[in-house]
Amino acid sequence: MKFQPVIPRTKRRSGTALRVAVIGGAGLVLFGILFFRLWSLQVVTGDRYLAEANDNRTREVRVRAPRGRILDREGDVLVDNRTSMALQLDPIEIPTDVQARRRIFKSIAGVMDKDLGWVRKKYRDEIADNPPGSPVTLASDVDDDLVYYIQEHQAEYPEIQVNRVFVRKYPQGLEAAHLLGSVGEVTAEDLEESDLPDLAAGDTLGKTGIEQTYDSLLRGAAGTTKIQVDSTGKVKGQLAQDMPKPGRSLRLTLDPKVQTAGEASLASFGLPGAFVAMDVNTGEILGMGSTPTFDPAEFTRPLTQKRVDELYDEDGGAPLFDRAIGGQYPVGSIYKPITALAALDAGIITPSTVVNDTGKIEIADQPFQNAGAQPHGPVDLRRSLEVSSDIYYYLLGAKMNGSDQLQDWSAQFGIGEPTGIDVPGESAGFLPTKASVNERQRQAPDLLDPWYIGQNIQLAIGQGYLQASPLQMAVAYSALGNGGKVLKPRMLLQTEDAAGRVLDQGDPEVVREIPIDPADRQVIMEGLHDAAQEPEGTSYPVFGGFPVPVAGKTGTAERQDKADQAWYAVLAPYPDPEIAVVTTVEEGGFGADTAAPVALQMLSAYFGKQAKAVSGGTGNVE
Amino acid sequence: MESSRATRGGVRPYHERTQLLDWLGIRNMDGWIAFSALGLMACSLFTLHQASRGAIPGAPDYYLQRQALYGLVGIVAMFAISRVDYSRFRELRVGIYTFLCASIFAVFTFGVAARGSTNSLELPFFTFQPAELGKVLLVLSLAGFVIDGVRRGSEGQRTIRILALGFAPTGLVLLQDLGTSLVFGAITIAIMVAAGVRWTHLAAIGAALVVFITTVLVLMPMAGTPVLKEYQQERLTSFLAPSSNIGDAGYQQNQAKVAAGSGGTTGRGDQATQSRLGFVPERHTDFIFAVVAERYGFVGAALVLSLFALLFWRALRLMTLSKNFYGTLVAAGIAAAIMFQVFVNVGMNLGIMPITGIPLPLMSYGGSAVIATFLMIGVLQSIHIESRAGQKGPWIR
Repeated sequence: MKFQPVIPRTKRRSGTALRVAVIGGAGLVLFGILFFRLWSLQVVTGDRYLAEANDNRTREVRVRAPRGRILDREGDVLVDNRTSMALQLDPIEIPTDVQARRRIFKSIAGVMDKDLGWVRKKYRDEIADNPPGSPVTLASDVDDDLVYYIQEHQAEYPEIQVNRVFVRKYPQGLEAAHLLGSVGEVTAEDLEESDLPDLAAGDTLGKTGIEQTYDSLLRGAAGTTKIQVDSTGKVKGQLAQDMPKPGRSLRLTLDPKVQTAGEASLASFGLPGAFVAMDVNTGEILGMGSTPTFDPAEFTRPLTQKRVDELYDEDGGAPLFDRAIGGQYPVGSIYKPITALAALDAGIITPSTVVNDTGKIEIADQPFQNAGAQPHGPVDLRRSLEVSSDIYYYLLGAKMNGSDQLQDWSAQFGIGEPTGIDVPGESAGFLPTKASVNERQRQAPDLLDPWYIGQNIQLAIGQGYLQASPLQMAVAYSALGNGGKVLKPRMLLQTEDAAGRVLDQGDPEVVREIPIDPADRQVIMEGLHDAAQEPEGTSYPVFGGFPVPVAGKTGTAERQDKADQAWYAVLAPYPDPEIAVVTTVEEGGFGADTAAPVALQMLSAYFGKQAKAVSGGTGNVE
Repeated sequence: MESSRATRGGVRPYHERTQLLDWLGIRNMDGWIAFSALGLMACSLFTLHQASRGAIPGAPDYYLQRQALYGLVGIVAMFAISRVDYSRFRELRVGIYTFLCASIFAVFTFGVAARGSTNSLELPFFTFQPAELGKVLLVLSLAGFVIDGVRRGSEGQRTIRILALGFAPTGLVLLQDLGTSLVFGAITIAIMVAAGVRWTHLAAIGAALVVFITTVLVLMPMAGTPVLKEYQQERLTSFLAPSSNIGDAGYQQNQAKVAAGSGGTTGRGDQATQSRLGFVPERHTDFIFAVVAERYGFVGAALVLSLFALLFWRALRLMTLSKNFYGTLVAAGIAAAIMFQVFVNVGMNLGIMPITGIPLPLMSYGGSAVIATFLMIGVLQSIHIESRAGQKGPWIR
């Protein structure tokens, strides 16, 4: 039934069968070889290879990433890495048996040219300080001779590892020492507290300053190297490497010209002090420093206890203390613009209100006077700033007592609260209000008096219990300069990868806006301009010959048991400022004598213009 | 025809149920070829699932999922190509050959580097290796040219023509990827053998190859003008002297051999430290056979080899069944391509062949190779279907 078609086939060439057989035969031979080889390898000699495989083990070694660099805004490197050779011990390799341990320590002491006790103590201290499992560093920055010697005689000292470690270096020396901060080995506490999953014993962590704030960006990610070891743990070689990812570089907002000018100028007085320069529109810190200072490179080497004590010693000026953000001082007359704005807002005065300044006044049975009891005659608001009449502000302080008008405006400007800068160690300061003073007085009756009107009068001229940092004053003056925006000051301009490509940029952050009446601000700016650059102004001898118009106020704060502290706060260029500079010199006397010249040097560097010497002026003091 | 009959009752009659099989051509396919191909694919997925878990952090089944996708695409391609009468490819031989050479040339211009050699093109979603597809294309076009030449010229001229056509792309690929060019060479030789080239000619070619290889490997480097890249040379010769120097080719090959050997008769399963701890290099691609051998032992490795042997035997059988001489030549080329790759790759895994970067067909992870191999299987099925069609009447086209 089935239909069977007849299909003509292509005529096959003779010998095709033979050819198929040849190809098939070749295949048969090749498959035969493979099967035979497989059988002999696995079934016949399998045990031998199994033993060999069992002897193959791996171990993973952590490879630390180089920390990112820290640059100033021009790209000059402030913090870099260098590699250093360190002698380290792996605690796991050190036997617990006393005799064996003694023998090892003795050989280590021999090669390092130390005595046994030193090695013992070093080992014990390091074990105590570090989290379990981290390598014990016996010596860092070991010289090449010893490194070569140990590497050549490694068999005799199997416990000692010569490891390359990254150490911070500071190409600009002491510049911005307080801001940069230091790094240190991670401690057991760090490990417990940290929520960083990739942190391990032996890692380096930012401990202070920018290094601490931006540690997660700077640190990068460690890599691992897989090494092959035999069953006894002896290293046979490297299998695979997961490369470490270098940390990001940080570009700071610091302007190196402003920074170095500030540091040099402040240091020239040889007194403790601080300076802050801030971009009034963005909150970028263009310069910030504190004296006395220290060499950040010191922290890359082991410090003696004596040296640590010196760095913290108050009599020596506590070099580690960053006065720019942590200093808490009465600020003197540079506070007056805030008082004036509060009084204008409350309607207590108008810009044309005139007070007859006789140099002395008695309020609530208490005598108050100008500096040196100098009379200034009839003064309106503008002139009160130019000549720095205290009497004018005593009256305002007295009139505003009973309400919290002055305190409210002060708080608006950020007095009494941290600015939120991205450098750790900031103090909040203290804004005296009736409530806060009485609260403190209850806690420490010996230190404070309960609230009374005199305290509001003192606050009006930046005295009394008021405590503020130079940074807080810079933020307040920036708000005055930009028309009312209180900005969060910041040090980070942008982050960059190792090749210098920009990854992230910081944005200005407005904490709050103060409703400043532009007309009020105008009068105050005029008064500050007169104070700096009109012949009768308090800082005319300093700024009178500066070619850029500025608005600046001197301050001379009285401190208990200390000579007067000099202050200067300046906005430039007047009337539309870009930059606010606040400087202070402890025991620096009148503001115009020490603080103002520091500010002048910084502004000269910023604008690239020098001041001409001026003669004349009345040289008003506060 | 059959489908015109009416449906009776609720039960679908046999002929309607089988329509889909007919449409896919499954009834006329060679079941053993399909079985071995799908079986190898399954072995590949199973091994990748067990051995490469966690190889890529965050994507535990990265290789498995991708290989499964490539397999699926390959199987669809196989069905599609099996529905085409392979004889059509003979008509298209010039176009196919041109495309083959052009795609290999494209790598020189647009190629991206992977694992030490530049042999792939970056396409959206996929890194395509033209030389893998080139294996099928070379078989289809070269077999076509051979038929053309049957009645033209002397035997010598004919031999030289086939040789030139086959070795031109072989030489081009040699500059990119040594292993693939060897496969091209094997295809050319196999087709020449099947085509009936005189034994004396074949012997002469063999002698010339020996001279050529000696020159390239020994004489030229001695004369100071090495032809091969250093890593190629090292791979080719290192199996002769396994080295203990970690990181070089001999060391890697030795570790693969230790892995295979340690598998023993029944394998080490999850205790397979050689592959798990990374001693075996490229464990999802070139050295997947060592992984199979370590994990599943002689039993598992022999199973995989047997599936290849089955595939090879069925391909050989098609040489005699084919409806025309073109089919015979194509079957010979494909059988040789598969056989050669299996031998070189497995031999490399077992330490008896040099490292040449040839994947194990259907087993090694890699989209281009998997899909290209399924295309070969599809062509084989087409030859089978066509031969059956000749005997049993036309099937639905």
